[in-house]
Amino acid sequence: MMRMTPERLVPIAKPLVFLLCLVPLGLLVAGAVADDLGANPVEAITHATGEWALRLLLLTLAMTPLKRLIGRPWPIRFRRMLGLFAFFYAALHLLTYLWLDQGFDGQAIIEDVVKRPYITVGFAAFVLLVPLALTSTRARMRRLGRRWQTLHRAIYAIGILGVLHYLWLVKADLREPLIYALVLAVLLLARLPFGRLGTAGRRLAGLLAVPERDRG
Amino acid sequence: MLIKRPSDIPASEITPHGVWLRRREFIRAAASGVGLVAAGGLLLPWDQTQGVETTVKPPGRGQPIPGLKPSAFSTDEAPTDYADITSYGNFTEFGSNKGDPARYAGALETRPWTLVVDGECEAPGRIGIEDILSGFTQEERIYRLRCVETWAMVIPWVGFPLGDLLARFKPTAKAKYVAFETLFNPKQMHGQKRQVIDWPYREGLRMDEAMHPLTILATGLYGETLPNQNGAPLRLVVPWKYGFKSIKSIVRIRFSAKEPPTAWNMLQPDEYGFYANVNPQVDHPRWSQRRERMVGAGIFARKKETKMFNGYADQVAGLYAGMDLKRFF
Repeated sequence: MMRMTPERLVPIAKPLVFLLCLVPLGLLVAGAVADDLGANPVEAITHATGEWALRLLLLTLAMTPLKRLIGRPWPIRFRRMLGLFAFFYAALHLLTYLWLDQGFDGQAIIEDVVKRPYITVGFAAFVLLVPLALTSTRARMRRLGRRWQTLHRAIYAIGILGVLHYLWLVKADLREPLIYALVLAVLLLARLPFGRLGTAGRRLAGLLAVPERDRG
Repeated sequence: MLIKRPSDIPASEITPHGVWLRRREFIRAAASGVGLVAAGGLLLPWDQTQGVETTVKPPGRGQPIPGLKPSAFSTDEAPTDYADITSYGNFTEFGSNKGDPARYAGALETRPWTLVVDGECEAPGRIGIEDILSGFTQEERIYRLRCVETWAMVIPWVGFPLGDLLARFKPTAKAKYVAFETLFNPKQMHGQKRQVIDWPYREGLRMDEAMHPLTILATGLYGETLPNQNGAPLRLVVPWKYGFKSIKSIVRIRFSAKEPPTAWNMLQPDEYGFYANVNPQVDHPRWSQRRERMVGAGIFARKKETKMFNGYADQVAGLYAGMDLKRFF
């Protein structure tokens, strides 16, 4: 009998994760049909799709640090699907804004994108996501070679733009967007090579140890 | 209860000069409005046998307010659903999400409730909420409400002109502004435990704005006492200004010689002005104010064009004659 390693479970887990990623959309559709999205359903859809785009983006960014943390490669095998779902929810978020919120009023939309910084950065994040989604197939990956990785490093900028988009739209209470900012910061810092991080850590520990000695 | 003699104040003292000068305008507006209300009454006679003269049917969720008078200032637009008005709104004292007020405002104790009125006036004092309810003729005022965040509602308030109350405390000639304060009680208003806003919430009006007949203190909604999440037991309603001016759960009113500091303006002076008049030509830095979304209109409803002074320009534009409304936004 074969041993069930996590790697062997990936083909089973993938369809499950796929279905799980569709749950937020399912809830929105059910809520819309049942007229159960609250007093301002357009706002509810805008917020839900935006938050899920950001959450899935952070999950995508978590796969590499997770791989290093557990020393197994399987998280990488979910990365593309999670990234594409982040793009999917970002596209729904943008569509909600263009259609349900603005009614495809071109002039108002252009004005928003140009004049309102939080919309400018949100729009930029989406524009940057498009080439990543288009080059996500294995064939494209092979064709682009090293340039694929360079291109896909744009995800870090997209993460930062996405969090800024949220931070800048909030009126006064920054707590929720700051949680996203904190998670993003941890995920980006975790990408620093561990060796260097270790050296920095030891140096920091050394600095902190000084007052300890002085105290004696 | 310290308010004794409300009767012998000459009209010239109550009515600010500007309004008095334009009294014919108000009479005209009132006359045309009465016609509309009368017509509305004929078209929509809900159960008159209960003796509550509201054009909307009380939902039976609060204490009915008896003896309501209809008002010529009411709009004939269809009111937003009670459920929407009471489940969606900003009341940061209870949290930052729109559903938080309905979720947490139950902790607010609205009885007993005392309003302190002081500052530049001859007869400073305090008045309890029961005396406010019985001492002023409560009217039904169906007003449009426009939030600075671009959503809008039509709300059947119950209330009375703020000017009627202010006059009792005899503001002096030095009183150029009126300042308002919300209750500060983090035990009941859990959102006040965090310094999201420099508590207590503060708002202010120029004296002529405060005395304007459209400006009311609201005590009820849909013919009944105000639900806590809507600012019980006493809140300001200034229908031609963005919603954040209409301060909730008021405990103090102060007459002032100087423009008082106001909560959102203190936090973001480039985004929220002292005047905050609804104005489709002056954008908020983060969103256009040209259009508004009617709450309850449905997912596929288009936004409506926002009107100058929220559609109350005929009544209030004169207050701002000669002012640069881009500068004094």
